[in-house]
Formats: sequence, C-alpha cells, structure tokens
Amino acid sequence: MTAVDSPRPIPSLPARLTARFGGGAMRLALLLVALFWLVPTLGLLVSSLRGPTDIQSSGWWQVFTSPAQLTLHNYASLMGNSAITHALLNTVLITVPATLLVVVIGAAAGYAFAWLEFPGRDWLFLLLIGLLVVPVQVALIPVTDLYARLGIFGSLFGVILFHTAFGLPFAIFLLRNFFAEIPRELLEAARLDGAGELRLFARVVLPLGGPAIASLAIFQFLWVWNDMLVALIFANSNSAPLTVALQQQTRQFGDNIDVLSSGAFLSMVIPLAVFFAFQRQFVNGIMAGAVK
Amino acid sequence: MATVTFDKATRIYPGTDRAAVDKLDIEIADGEFLVLVGPSGCGKSTSLRMLAGLEDVDDGAIRIGDRDVTHLPPKDRDIAMVFQNYALYPHMTVADNMGFALKIAGVNKTEIRTRVEEAAKILDLTEYLGRKPKALSGGQRQRVAMGRAIVREPQVFLMDEPLSNLDAKLRVQTRTQIAGLQRRLGTTTVYVTHDQVEAMTMGDRVAVLKDGLLQQVDSPRNMYDRPANLFVAGFIGSPAMNLVEVPITDGGVKFGNSIVPVNREAIAAAAEKGDRTVTVGVRPEHFDIANGEAKALAKDEPAGVAVTVNVVEELGADGYVYGTAEIGGEQKDIVVRVGGRQVPMKGEVLHVVPRAGETHVFSTSSGERLSD
Repeated sequence: MTAVDSPRPIPSLPARLTARFGGGAMRLALLLVALFWLVPTLGLLVSSLRGPTDIQSSGWWQVFTSPAQLTLHNYASLMGNSAITHALLNTVLITVPATLLVVVIGAAAGYAFAWLEFPGRDWLFLLLIGLLVVPVQVALIPVTDLYARLGIFGSLFGVILFHTAFGLPFAIFLLRNFFAEIPRELLEAARLDGAGELRLFARVVLPLGGPAIASLAIFQFLWVWNDMLVALIFANSNSAPLTVALQQQTRQFGDNIDVLSSGAFLSMVIPLAVFFAFQRQFVNGIMAGAVK
Repeated sequence: MATVTFDKATRIYPGTDRAAVDKLDIEIADGEFLVLVGPSGCGKSTSLRMLAGLEDVDDGAIRIGDRDVTHLPPKDRDIAMVFQNYALYPHMTVADNMGFALKIAGVNKTEIRTRVEEAAKILDLTEYLGRKPKALSGGQRQRVAMGRAIVREPQVFLMDEPLSNLDAKLRVQTRTQIAGLQRRLGTTTVYVTHDQVEAMTMGDRVAVLKDGLLQQVDSPRNMYDRPANLFVAGFIGSPAMNLVEVPITDGGVKFGNSIVPVNREAIAAAAEKGDRTVTVGVRPEHFDIANGEAKALAKDEPAGVAVTVNVVEELGADGYVYGTAEIGGEQKDIVVRVGGRQVPMKGEVLHVVPRAGETHVFSTSSGERLSD
C-alpha cells in the first residue's frame, strides 16, 4: 500500500495553526497569554516587596522605573507578626495530616473497592459516589452541632477531621478507578509469589498507583491549604490557619497592606513548591512493560 | 518435586449451570511435562488456575504430592506460574522481579543474588538484570517471566500460554528452550496452550479438553495414532484428519470405490446401536495415490476416491492437496499429503486409497473410537 491509498489524517488544531502561522508566531501568542495570566500574581509579588507608603502612593508597576523601592521589609514584619506565624504553623498542622490521612485511607479503601470481594461492595461504592455530590455547605450546621457535643469544636483535630471526611469520597473514587486498571495477572503473580494482602498493597499496588496518588495529594493539599470556609467555622482564634488570619488582618480603616501582600504571596508560594515536588511523579506509562 | 492429582475437580462459575471444568481426573507424575490443550473456552486455563489457587474448586480435590491443596491460598501451594502476558512488576528491575518471591520468603540477600544471577545466566538475561521490564523486548520479557518462576525452585511450574505473544520464529525457538529447561530442572510442569503443535512437541503427555470435559490423556504419539474420539481426531494433527461418514458393508466400510477393512466387532458394535454408517478418519499422509493400480470394487472404475484438486500448498519437503471428493452423494473436502517433488496441478483428479491399517473408525452417533 502506498500513502495515496490511505485516507490522510486530519491534523490537530495546534498543528494546523502552527502550519499556518509558523512556530515562532504561535509561541509568541502563547507567551502573551501566559504573561497576561501571570500579571496579577506578579503584581502581588512586587507589592509585597514595596513599602506600605509606596504601595499607597503609586501602582506596583512604578517599580520598573524606580527599582530602589524594593525591600524585604514586609516579609520581616510578617515574620515578626506572631499571629501570622502561628497561623502559618496551623495551616501546616491542618494541611499535612488532612492530606496524608486522605491519601492513606483513600488508597486502602480504593484497593478494597477495586480488588477485594465482600458483600455489598458495589452498593457501598455507589453510595460513595452519591456522597461526591453533597456540598460542604449543607453539612456545616449539623457538623457544628455534632462537634459541639463531642467537644472538638474549635480544635485543630475538628478541622482536620472535616477536611479528611470531605476529601475521602473523591479520593476513593479516583484511586479505585486507577487501581481497577492494574492488570489482574499482576496481582495474581504477586499472590503466587507469596505476598499477602498487606504486602501486595504496599509493594505492588501503591508503587503502581504513584501518578494517581500524586495527583490526589496535590488536589487535596491545595484544597485544604486554600480553604477558608471550613476553618472560619470550625477553628477558633488559636487554631485558625493562614487564610483566616490574613482575612482578620484587614481593617476597616487602613488596609494593612504590607502584611496582607506578603502573607498572601507566602500562602501562594508554598503550594507551588509542593506541586513542583510531586510533579516528577506525573510520568506517563508507569504501567509500561507489565503485560505483554 | 511432586506429583499433581486432579481428583474429580470441578469448577462451576457463579451464575452458570454448566461446569467450566467438569470432574477433571488427571494424575501427573513427578517431573512430568503435561500439556493441557483444547479450543478456547474448553476449560484448560480454568483447570490451571484451579491448580494455582486463583480459581475456587467447587467439587472434588486437587493434590500436590500428598498435600491436599484444594482450598489453600496460592501463596501456600509452592507453585510458580508464567502468565500469558507475563505480568512483570513494571516498577521493579529484572533482578527485583525475579527475586521478589524469595524476598517475601525471607531468603537472605546474598542468596537471592546468587540464585537470581544463576537463573539469569541460564536464560541469557545477565546483562539486563538492572533494567525495567519496559526496556525489554517481548522475548526478553518472556524469559524474565520464566526466570521469576525458576528462581523459586517450586514444586510445580504452571504455564498459561506463555508463547502466544511471541512472533512465529521466536515461538518455535522458545518452545524448544522451555522443553529443554524443564527436562534439565526436572520440575513437574503443567502447560496450557491452544496450539496443538506446541502440545505435541513439548509434552510428555497431552490432555485434550473440550467443553470442560477431559477427552483423552496420552503421549503425543498415542494421541496421534489412536485418538479416542472424533473430537481428538479432528483436533490433533495439522492439517486435520479427514473425517468422512461412510455406510457399513460386509467386511468393512465402503470408501468411494474401495473397501476399508475394519474390525468385525467394531462394525457389530456400531450396527447394534442402530448405526448404518460409521465415520472413517484418514490422516493426509495416509492416502496412497492409486491411479488405476489398486484393487477396485467395481471393475470398470479406478479404485479409491476421486479427488478434484482445488489448492496445492507446497511446503518444500512435501505438499498438501486440498480437494473435493464425492462420497456417499455428498461433496467432501479432502486433504492429501503428496511428495514435494510430484505435486499435482490445480484441477487434476487424483484417485486416492486409504493405506491399510492406518484408518481410524469412529461411531457416528457417539463419536467414540471403534477400531483399535
């Protein structure tokens, strides 16, 4: 057969655009869009590096004409603000356990739903999927009531528990579907090799679940880190995370902009670091070579 | 090393009435290479998985040596399995793949290393020990799967169509290697395949299954020479045996314009059941071309069956003639082997006579073998 016989495949949209405008123009356009999206973040970064008087008297772009304005003063005052540093610690103390718990429990449950046989498994899973559509808001009042009775209202533990509970349905759903894709023979081979369920889970299923677990960890981390609603309701002043603390820094008169800009930027940069740390895990084809 | 016994082992999948494996009875001797063969859906893989512990046994028992393993989990059976798709752990290196079972068993590191390296040497994998499976070719992956089984030094090897993902040439080569390796290690092996050539070339004994029922267990030679029923006769051998329904006459059965002599008791047995016909089987190589030379039934016609040649497959050493013949008023497809140097042309008519003593006679109604 020659190429003439086979129908010519329709090139993808990016391919057609590249062909028409050339690679250089395409890249330039993409770069402009990316810059446009980055402008607010850049503005925040620059603001956080200017003194309060500068911020109030002129726009952040002035920095390009007078770079001498740049100072780390805001960050120094942020670190000196014990309310903020305490809140930052709280954010970490809430986010890390809430992420770890969701990943660990979600993975174990996902494996069970995917590969263990037990009565009512499919109904239970269906129920779980139903929970996915329950919005956080409808649970606020009943959970407040429940927490008050249990005496955990206002505690870090209460906030962690809430985040974990609401993170789990999605975690289990995602990981079950991913684990279900693992070839059955792989698990059977491990069983024949003498592995019990626990070892099978730890040595075969978890490593293979790497990409899905990494995505889940990032989603959950970001969701909990950026959350304000849950923390505002269930945390007290001692257990409030950064989002709540920053919100409390806003004043009716005067805007406290030095602390807000640097605090907001700090609150953005840490999840970014987490993302880049896990990004390596997003390698395609982790299952390549398993079968055939 | 151990024997393996299937004792009326039965598997009925939930939600079905018919057994996927029905009262399977096989005794496999220590060190024997047994091949389970049959068309797809015949229950051969299910039987193997029952032995592996991956499939429940609903009735009967399975024993390895003297140990009843019917309801033991796979990890307690001391068996190793090679899967059709190899099932290598993609996140582990070749060495880790092969040593995984030993590691679980708590064997110390230096010993794991020695055993893995030994197996790698046998399988020609030494230079790939540090690689991940995805960086290996299909043949190499297959050998890693074999290696994973070998290092275990298990009592029984189970192989589920391990060659079906290789290309034709590599398959033939690996076939010999596996059979040779098994003889050398002397480990009892149960091997599943749908390819009857693999079955005939590799097995000490071959077990043919159909619809979950064991049809015959025998050495490849006996299986070929004395198939127990019509199904085995048609399944074993390539090209397949010619099976033709013919009327019973005095002293034998009428085959075209010749008489094929058949055991008198066999004929009597068939007649007793009310059969007027029997099914005669003749392998392609057991036809003699008798253009006018053999003894004919009717004087004015040549002996044997007139076969009109449709296609000739020339394989070099010999050729196969695919033709049609009119037998008992019906057009039948007939395959005849001829010498590679004198193949007939398309459209020619050959007169073929089944060689005496090389015919198989089966009951048309029950399919059972009548001749011996």
